Formats: sequence, C-alpha cells, structure tokens
Amino acid sequence: MISYILRRILSTLPVMGIVALFVFSLLYIAPGDPAAVIAGDQASPADVERIRQGLGLDRPFLVQFGTWLWHILHGDLGTSIFTNLPVASMIAQRIEPTFSLMALTLVLTILVAVPLGVVAAWKAGSWVDRTIMAFAVFAFSLPVFVVGYVLAYVFALQFEWLPVQGYTPLAAGLWPWLQNLILPALALGSVYIALIARITRASMLEVLQQDYVRTARAKGLGQRNILFVHALKNAAVPIVTVIGIGIALLIGGAVVTESVFAIPGLGRLTIDAILRRDYPVIQGIVLLFSFLYVLVNLMVDVTYTLVDPRIRY
Amino acid sequence: MDRRTVLKGLAGVGGLAATGGLSMPALSQGAAARTLRFVPQANLANFDPIWGTQYVVRNAAALVWDTLYGLDATLQPQRQMVESEAVSDDGLVWTFRLRPGLKFHDGEPVLSKDVVASLARWSARDPMGLMIKAIQNELTAVDDRTFKWALKSPYPKMLLALGKNSTPCAFVMPERIAQTDPFKQIPEYVGSGPMKFAKGEWVPGAKAVFEKFADYTPRQEKTSWLAGGKQMLVDRIEWVVIPDPATAAAALQNGEVDWWESPITDLVPSLKKNRNINVDIADPLGNIGSFRMNHLHPPFNNVKVRRAVLAALSQEDYMRALVGDDTALWKPLPGFFTPETPLYTEEGGEILKGKRDLAMAKKLLAESGYSGQPVTCVVAQDQPITKAQGDVTADLLKQIGMNVDFVATDWGTVGSRRAQKTPPGQGGWGMFHTWHAGADCISPAAYNAIRANGDKAWFGWPTSEDVEKEVTAWFDAKNLDEEKVAVKRLNKAALEDVVYAPTGFFLSYTAWRKNVSGIAKGPLPFFWGVSKTA
Repeated sequence: MISYILRRILSTLPVMGIVALFVFSLLYIAPGDPAAVIAGDQASPADVERIRQGLGLDRPFLVQFGTWLWHILHGDLGTSIFTNLPVASMIAQRIEPTFSLMALTLVLTILVAVPLGVVAAWKAGSWVDRTIMAFAVFAFSLPVFVVGYVLAYVFALQFEWLPVQGYTPLAAGLWPWLQNLILPALALGSVYIALIARITRASMLEVLQQDYVRTARAKGLGQRNILFVHALKNAAVPIVTVIGIGIALLIGGAVVTESVFAIPGLGRLTIDAILRRDYPVIQGIVLLFSFLYVLVNLMVDVTYTLVDPRIRY
Repeated sequence: MDRRTVLKGLAGVGGLAATGGLSMPALSQGAAARTLRFVPQANLANFDPIWGTQYVVRNAAALVWDTLYGLDATLQPQRQMVESEAVSDDGLVWTFRLRPGLKFHDGEPVLSKDVVASLARWSARDPMGLMIKAIQNELTAVDDRTFKWALKSPYPKMLLALGKNSTPCAFVMPERIAQTDPFKQIPEYVGSGPMKFAKGEWVPGAKAVFEKFADYTPRQEKTSWLAGGKQMLVDRIEWVVIPDPATAAAALQNGEVDWWESPITDLVPSLKKNRNINVDIADPLGNIGSFRMNHLHPPFNNVKVRRAVLAALSQEDYMRALVGDDTALWKPLPGFFTPETPLYTEEGGEILKGKRDLAMAKKLLAESGYSGQPVTCVVAQDQPITKAQGDVTADLLKQIGMNVDFVATDWGTVGSRRAQKTPPGQGGWGMFHTWHAGADCISPAAYNAIRANGDKAWFGWPTSEDVEKEVTAWFDAKNLDEEKVAVKRLNKAALEDVVYAPTGFFLSYTAWRKNVSGIAKGPLPFFWGVSKTA
C-alpha cells in the first residue's frame, strides 16, 4: 500500500508538468494584457508598452515559460504582477477561507445527503422518497448564486441572524468562524447534497435487494443496523467516488460562493487574477488546484480499501 | 467514538461559544466608532499611484501620500505641503518652500530632495508632467525646505499640474522610493499623508487597512476636497472589497459596512427605503459616456462616416440605458467638457442637439462611400457602463445601415485590443466604449481623450491640427477669458472632426449609514472630516 501511495504521488509530477505547460500556453494565447489594466484607462499606448517591457511580457514565449518553470522547480511560484507580493504568500493568505468553506460544506453534505439518500432508498416509492427526490431535483436545478442570495436575504437581512459577507479566521473563535460560513456552506452544499443524496439512494436500492440483507432481516436485525451498518458500507464505493469527483464541483462552486458572500478565498483570488490577467497568480492557483485534485483522487482510491476489503493495491 | 461522545463534544463547544470562550473579543462601542468600514468602487490590487493610474489606486493613495497643492471644490489649486511659492518675472523659474514639520510615516522629515525625486518620477508619466519635463532646464533642491523648477519657457498651469486630482497625482514620496523606475512598482508604501497603510493587514482583493498617522500636521484652513486641513476623525479605515453589488447593498443595510462608494443604480431604490441609510450624488462633476472610433482604418478614417454616426446618435437612449428612468442622473452633452464648470461650452454642438435624423445620417454615410465593410465594435460585458452603451451603439449602427461585427468580451481584453493599430480584421478594432470622469474633463489639462495628436493621441489616434492648436492655446492662456475662448474653439473643432463620440453626462450615487457624517461630494471619496458614532 505504501509503495502504491508513493508511486501515485510520484505520478503526479508528470501530470503537474502537463498542467503547467497547458496553463501557461493557454494564458499566453488568451487575449488581454495586464499592462493595459495596470496603466489605467487614461494611459497612452506608449505607457502601456513601457509597462509591458518592465514586466518582461514582451519576451518570447519559450523564454517566459523557461524562466517560470525554472522558478517553479526551485519552489518559487513567482510574484504577482499587480500586488508585487509573492504568489505563495497570496495563496497562503487565501487558503484558510476556501478550505474552511469546502470542509464545512463537505461535512454538511455528508451529514445531510447520506441519511437522506438512505431514507429515500428505505422508503422507495413512498411519499417520503418522492419528497426527498423532489427536493434533490429542486436543489440540483438551482444555481449556487441564487441559493446564496435567497439565504442572505432571509437569514441575514430579514432575521438578522447571520452576517451577509466576510470571513473570520478560526483562530478568532469557533462561533465567529461558523457565523460567516453557515450561509455560504449551505448555498454551496445545496447542489452537492442533491447529487450525493441521489447517488446514495441509487446505490442503496441496489444493495437492499441483495440476499444478505434479506438474511439480516430474517435474523431479526434492527432496520437502522441493517441500513447504516451493513447496507451502507457495501453501497459506499460509488458514494465515495462521487464525493471525490464532487471536490472539483466544490472548487468551481467556491469561486461563485466566495464572490456572492465576499469571502477572501482562493476562488475570488482566481477570478480577480483572471480578470486582471495576473498570470503568475493564475498559474500558481491552477497548479495548486490540480495537485489537490490528484491528491483527492488518491485519497478516494485509498478509501476504497477501507470500505471494501476485497480491494487491494 | 459513539453518539454520546459526539453530543457531549458539541455541547461543550456550544457552551464555550455561548460564554465567549471561543468567540472573538467584541469591539467596544468607542473602538467601533473609530473604525470606518468602506466599500471601494473596485479592488485595490496594487498600490503605486504613479505606476498604476486606476482611480481606486489614486483614491487610496490620497490617504497615504500628500501633494504639494490640492484642488478645492472651486477647482482652484491651493497650497497643501507648500508654505509659499514664487515665480520669476519671466515665468521661467518657480521656487517653492515646504511647510515646516512635515514628516513621513517612518519618522523621517520631508525634505526638498524627496520632492525633487517624486516630481521627477511623476513627470515621466503624467501628461502635464511630461509637458513640463519637455521644457525643463533643471529641477533642484535649494535647501532642505526649498526647491526650484527652472524652465525653458513659461508654464502658467504649473500649480494646477501639481494639485490636480486626475491620475497620476503629484504625490510626494521619500527619495529612496521615488527613485524607482516610473514603469516599475514601488517596493514600500511610506507617505506623509494623514493615514498610514497597514501593509501587514493587506489582503489584495479583499481588504486594505489605513491607520491614523499621529504626526500628521493638518493645515489650519477649512477642508475642501484635496485642499485645506485634512483632519482625521476616525483612527482606522478598513476598505472592504465586495465584488458583488447585491452583497454590498445587503452588507450596508445590515450595518456590516458604513459607506459604499458606488452603489449601482438598480439597487439605489431599495437603499433609499432603508431609514438607516443616506443616499446622495457622489460627485457633481459626474462622468461623460463615450465611444471612440478608430481614425486609422476604414470606415472611421473617413470623417463623413464619423459625422454620420454622430448625427444619428441619441444621447437620451444611451443615458436611459445607463441610469434608467431617473432623469436627475443625466443630461445631454453637446460637447466634450463637464457641465456647470467654468469652461463648459456647447460651441459646435448642433450635430448632437434636437431630433435625431436617421435619413441625414444615411445620406452622409452614402456620400462617404461606405460599402458595407464590417465595423468591429468591441464591447466589455463585465462593465455595466460599457455593456449598456455597446448595446445601444450596435442598434444605432444597424439602423443607419452599417454592418456590425459585435465583439462581446471583457474589459481586460478591450484594454489590450484597443492598443492594436492593425486593421480590424487582423486583430484591431473599429470602435470601443468607455467613460471619462467629469473631473478630468473640466479643462484640457488632463483630458487625454480630447487630444488629436495622431500617434501620441489616446486610442483611436485622431489627428487634427485645429484641435491641437486650441489645446496649446489653452495651456498658454493667461486668464479665464482666454481659456474660455480657446476651449470654445477646441470644442467646435473636436466635434467637427469627431475626435470621439460623447454619449451624455451622467451622475452616480454614493450611500452611507446615518451614523456616519461629514461625507463631501467630490471626484473621489474624501475621508478627512468624516466621523462615525457607534
């Protein structure tokens, strides 16, 4: 197992290399010019050109790529064109809010979606099942930003229970941290809850028809025991797979959610960097996200061995 | 771990939170009243007011760096860091003396050498600075508080150049910082203004913090825009960047922020209904909507085509698309200069007045020999002002029989594409939309968009000897009457040549909570004189 994990981690290196080349090339051919954004609307074309030269953006593609790659290999993600701050420190500033949001959303999703899916499968065909699935279709159909606005309007503006925007670090206290994250996590989690609930239901329906479940019932095991201890464990592989794939969904959703709730996370940093053409920041974030995604896939594969002893690497 | 253990844990956490054990210490009422939370118009992504000339950078820089002169509400430059000035009889030598006791945020005194280095950097980037540099003999420090600017020919607009609020402003930095290449970003943010920049708390794109500078010595005169005593009545200003307007509106209503610089028009009615919020016009100098045509390539290299478009253009259509039905927010502008300012003129503006004559426009177009080639109209969709104008223009061009190649894109792309001089079919462009702050259009001083000096002109590169002649006449004018004469002729010449198309004059709102007072109307948010109660 250890050698498998090490091999998988090593295999991320060529993946990261391809991602790096792809992202760099894409940004190079994409329209837009950070020098024009920096110079401002009133700047003359000559000013814009001088700023481009100052930033080294007038150099050939291969020279720029080589320089960037050389720095990456030395652990240096570069410096933001706009803020003059190291990309690594900008990412470090933003990582906590995004990871907090993703972690809370993930916990919320698993706590809500899995039981909902199990109950829907247990009560398949009944009004309970139909209600849960109707909720799932509804939640899946609503864009994250719409859910966000509605939640903010009701719980922040009308009831004044929670803040509309911002982020408080966990170090400042659990409740202040949670206060800022409850609404964004609910908004971001709505689609995810719907997706996992449906997958859980489908997977559980298949398992509940197995002979060993009938045997367990015949032996007099309680319903909760059958559902959550025996059946759910055997239905877990597709659920874990979808949760893993859903991390990508969360990253995409975080971009929108962080903008709606003004959370200073990586999602907003990405959007700002793209709109301004802050190339080093975009490249740094994409590399980070792709590494995370590879890592999550590895974790999913390892988790398979925990829920299904037949799987060995 | 079993269910009971989890429940016990949660109860413990809840108890701690309830007793304040895990929560953030609450700010006292006094501390809250000394912190002003402000939502700026845009993200403060960089902080060098010479290298980056966006308005948001200028607005933040005005807190941290001071200027030698400051423009007041009557549009006159007044002394700020300067104690006195003298100009030789021939107008060639300006001598300035600094106020005593000026200090930078690092505790060092402000000396003439700092000013000289700052002006050298500024004059490499600013249009007026470049003019002065072109006629400069020498710029030298005479002693610690005196410096001299010797010129080859008189420059009557010297004080305006040093005090104007259009970007880049002539901010004074320590010599070691001001010696940075003007096309590269400064490494430190040390100024002598009323607030210090808390770099450690800066989260670009999210938050910027400014703290009161205890050693700042404000002037004794009453504050007026960038002039007079900059008395800070709060200890800390937090710029909270909220990219989504609906969220910013909700945050203001919820009391999470105190002042929102630029609420969008659609959300103003709901803000006005809130009894805790004041809404008022932000800047009486407003903005001028515009689109620029590329004078280098067909069809807009033909003045008849440009005039055909101007003849058909309905400013009311543009303004209603921009600000809706609130007629207090806009007015027609048959010219290029800001309404209700001393140089405002409608000379030559007939082509923009009265009922729009599409038949006349079509006739002009036919006379021009326009043969249906596509007009590449590049429109930024991520800026409400450009998007609204672009939609109106596309419809206008179609109505007069032009073939529109509508390129919907983002502002970053427009920024780079408009710099391309290649023909529209080869990566260039035919027209793009923008707007100009009214404060920049009160005179030709900082008005890049009206210049028509070909290759050196702003994007679109218009060439008009008549326009340039009148710009020079304005710079040489000795008094307001002479300036008015020059600007009248300039307005007429610029409209005849259609240097660009003005789409109207519009205002915007600003909104703040009622526990905040002292907010002044002006071209940028002025924080001095603003106070807050808990």
